[in-house]
Formats: sequence, C-alpha cells, structure tokens
Amino acid sequence: MGRMNRPLLIKKGAEASLYLADWHGRKVVMKCRLPKKYRPSSLDEHIRTYRTIHEPQLMHEAKRAGVPTPTIFLVDVKNTIIVMEFIEGKQVKRLLAEVSASRRQLLCLKIGELIGKLHRCGIIHGDLTTSNMILSPDGKVFFVDFGLGEKTRELEARGVDLHLMKRALQSAHFRFAGECFDAVSKGYFRVLGCEVGKSVLDKVREIEKRGRYVSERREE
Amino acid sequence: MKDKKASDSYCLGIESTADDFSVGVSTFKGRILANIRSQYVPVEGGIHPREAARHHAEVASNVLEEAFSKSKIKPKNVSVVSFSQGPGLGPCLRTGATVARALASYLNVPLVGVNHCIAHVEIGKLKTGAKDPVTLYVSGGNTIVSAFDSGRYRVFGETLDIALGNCLDVFAREAGLHQTEGKPFGAVVEDLAAKGKNLIPLPYSVKGMDISLSGLLTALTNLLKRREYKLEDLCYSLQETAFSMVTEVTERALAHTEKKEVLLTGGVAANKRLQLMIKAIAEEHDARFCAIPSEFVVDNGAMVAWTGVLAYTHGVVTPIDKSFVKLRWRLEEVEIPWVE
Repeated sequence: MGRMNRPLLIKKGAEASLYLADWHGRKVVMKCRLPKKYRPSSLDEHIRTYRTIHEPQLMHEAKRAGVPTPTIFLVDVKNTIIVMEFIEGKQVKRLLAEVSASRRQLLCLKIGELIGKLHRCGIIHGDLTTSNMILSPDGKVFFVDFGLGEKTRELEARGVDLHLMKRALQSAHFRFAGECFDAVSKGYFRVLGCEVGKSVLDKVREIEKRGRYVSERREE
Repeated sequence: MKDKKASDSYCLGIESTADDFSVGVSTFKGRILANIRSQYVPVEGGIHPREAARHHAEVASNVLEEAFSKSKIKPKNVSVVSFSQGPGLGPCLRTGATVARALASYLNVPLVGVNHCIAHVEIGKLKTGAKDPVTLYVSGGNTIVSAFDSGRYRVFGETLDIALGNCLDVFAREAGLHQTEGKPFGAVVEDLAAKGKNLIPLPYSVKGMDISLSGLLTALTNLLKRREYKLEDLCYSLQETAFSMVTEVTERALAHTEKKEVLLTGGVAANKRLQLMIKAIAEEHDARFCAIPSEFVVDNGAMVAWTGVLAYTHGVVTPIDKSFVKLRWRLEEVEIPWVE
C-alpha cells in the first residue's frame, strides 16, 4: 500500500469503517471491511472479499452510466480495503431537512434521474438511502456505498432498489417522504420513460404489499 | 367507570395472536403479578388458525382463573383490560378480543387494544431497564428491526418475505423433525446445529436494511431431498447464514441510529447462538446487550398488560365498537405518547 499519514476514523458503519487519510498528498477515504467475529470465518471472508471486489467495479460502471461516484485509487483484496477519493460536500440526509421545499424538490428529482441512469445500465445500488448520497459544492450528487449492489436488469431488483429508497425516506424524513418520493419517481420516469417507470413503480407497490401486515393487501 | 390511584391499580392483559393464549397482570407501576400461558401444539403441520382459536376458547377460563389466583387479586380490583388487537391470525385474535370485551363490560372498566409488536418491545424495556434500544424482534410471524424516532417505533429493517421463525419451522418439518410442548422446532434445530461443523454455502440475501429468507429455505429443502449432507450440518448452516443476515441488518440499524442499547426479543430470541451474535455487535458499537428473561421474549400476557398500562395512563382507550381486530397492523402506525 502507498504511504499514509495517521488515518482518522470518520464513520464506524456496520459493514465497514471509514478512515480519512492522506495518500500521496491526496485526501482519501479508506473503506476497511474488518472481520466480523459474529459469523463463521469462511462466510465472513467470502462476504468481505466479494463486496471489496464488486463495489469498485460497480462504482466504475456507475460513473460510466453518468452517475458521479468517488474515484477508486486502490483495491486491496487481501486486506479488504478500498482507497477512494474523498468527496467534499454534504450528506443528502442532512440537507433534506435544511433546504426549502423547492430545492428539496429539485434535489429529489435529480436523485431520481441518477437512479434511473443506474438502472438503465443494469446497475442496482442495493442500499439507496439519503446517507449514501453526497451533494458536492459544484452541485453534483455523488452516490457512495455500492457494497450491496449487483448487476441485473430484472424488474424485481429494480423494484426492491426503489422500495429501499422509499423506505429510507419514510424512516429518516417521514414529514416530507411523500413529496420526496414523488419527485424521485418523476426523475426516474424522465430517464427510463413512462412505460418502464410505471412497471417499476407497480413492482414497488407489489413489494410493499408483500411486506408483512400491510393493510392494503386485503383490498386485492 | 372506576377511578383509582396508581398505587393500587391493575391491568389485565390478554394475548392470543397465534399459538399462545396468555393472561398477564401488571400493576400500574410495572410489577408483573402473573403471566400464565397455554400453548396450542399442532399434532402435525403448522398452526391451523381455527384449531388454535378453538384451543384458546377452551383454555381461556382456566388461564384467567389461574392468573387471578397467581396475582392474588380479585376481578373487581382490575382497573383496565388490555388485549392484543393485532397483528396476528384472525380467529386467534378474535377469540382473545371476545374474552377481553366480555371481561371489560362485565367489570365495567375501560378496554385498551394493544399492538403485539410494541408490547414485545415495551416488556423488554421494562424487564431490562433499557430506555431507547434498537430492537430485533424475531418470531414465527415477525422479523423486524425497529427503533424509536419522533413519536413512533420505526421499522428500520424487516424480512421481505417469510419470518425467521417460520423459516426454521418449515425447514424442521421438511426434515421430519418433531416439536413438543416446551421444545419448539427452533430448539430442536438449535440442538442439532450445535453438533454441526461444516458450513454449506447457502444464499445470503441482505437488501439494504431488509433481508429475504425464502431463497435460503428453498435451497435448504432442495439439499434435504438430495440427502448428501448430514442434518446437523444443514441445521448449523441454516442458523449461521440466517442469523448472520439478521445480525448484519441489526448492526446497520445500530450504526445508523447510534443508539446505545440492543434488545433481542420474540420466540427465536431464545436461541443461544443468535444471542451471542447480537451480543457481539452490541459490544462492537459500545452498546448494552439487554437480555430479557425467556418468559417475556415469547408471546405472553404480561407484555400486553404492561403496554395496556402505558397506553391507558397516557389517555389511550379503545371503545368496544372500535375494538375490532387488526390482522395487519404495522407497529409504525401506532403513536406512542408514553415515550419522550
């Protein structure tokens, strides 16, 4: 690995710890997937290695699809570490509550378009939450954390992806979850067209009803 | 209606969402005086809702009587009657609700309908002193990761298809195992898993904060038919894989909410291996693992009684004409005035 100066722990997530570090004069994030003691080591190694290999691949493809993602500098499969560009900016999670209704609308529209671009290229993010999106000072929305992503064009996977976005809005931003998701859908439709967009939204509804104890399921 | 001081007030709670009929008595200060349970054990197959309801109707008066004698209170001392209003199996819920309505009318006391999932969380908090936990609730009917935020318990993650306990039960039945009273399928699988050593690769499906278990169950039933693996190894692999999935999403909720307590409840919470896994992630995030006595992790009347106290003392009552059961009642639909 390259030369690092005193890495600073910025986020201890469930899946990985994120360190802010200096790497050859660049500000980088080191994403370290540390062993999980709770699961058997063979399963643990498999999960960590798989995600360390797949995440940078998906991030690269996302960039090609027109979705800003941090640039990958180094992938250390053996130690399950990814070194990537540090994105200056603000988490969308924090922004949504601060900005005006019209800016919120625009931001969600943009997010919907980006999700549409991912899906159009057969990329499923796998963990669409507002904490995995960063608005940079030049107005770009960066998507991060593709660890649970996959490559597929299946309707089911697209539906689950959007369903997760909706759920994230409901649990973290329940006051304006409805308007936000409407704007996300609008942006999504813009990219994928009405026909595909509608079929994915229908799928989202179907997935919701599949969930346990959803009262609408009875009306069918 | 009676108006009593909190010091000598009692709530009687009735639980009947699935295979258990249970009556609990709690004082308004949270002392559990009785928690009597009678379980319906099917001769074969899973829970047949009508058969379970028939069992509940048969045992109701005995369980009630036992709850009164154990708690040493008289029916006239009861200030509130609470019952599990949902979610659960229709016939079972209706049987419990009927008993609750009859009792409340006869005693002329208020009735309080309680959400079963919330009752699990509240009794866990009462019994462990937890104030604001992330809760993993895993049972035959539920697999939910929840935490309190802005007036309600929010669902952070859940199963997209079948519940964890259901997955264990169906596998056990497919494998030809048998459960007995006091030793449910989960415990039978746990014992066999303890003798397993080889981890067989199985579908591991975490989607964001949610999980999916149906693919895992299908893969396991196919492996059973091929008879290539020892049942012990299959049980071991099932537990390790499925438990790792729920543990991962619980850890995600813990990291996301940055709460400092973890509560593990529901029937599957009795599993020692799962307890170890959840304990490990709690330690990892400097959170306290709150172990609940086993009598209060399974479906029980005490949790309904205690949640009835919380609701009633914060102004919640359920008029009889609004006391219809709610088969699908998500815990995030309920406003929680008793939590800050």
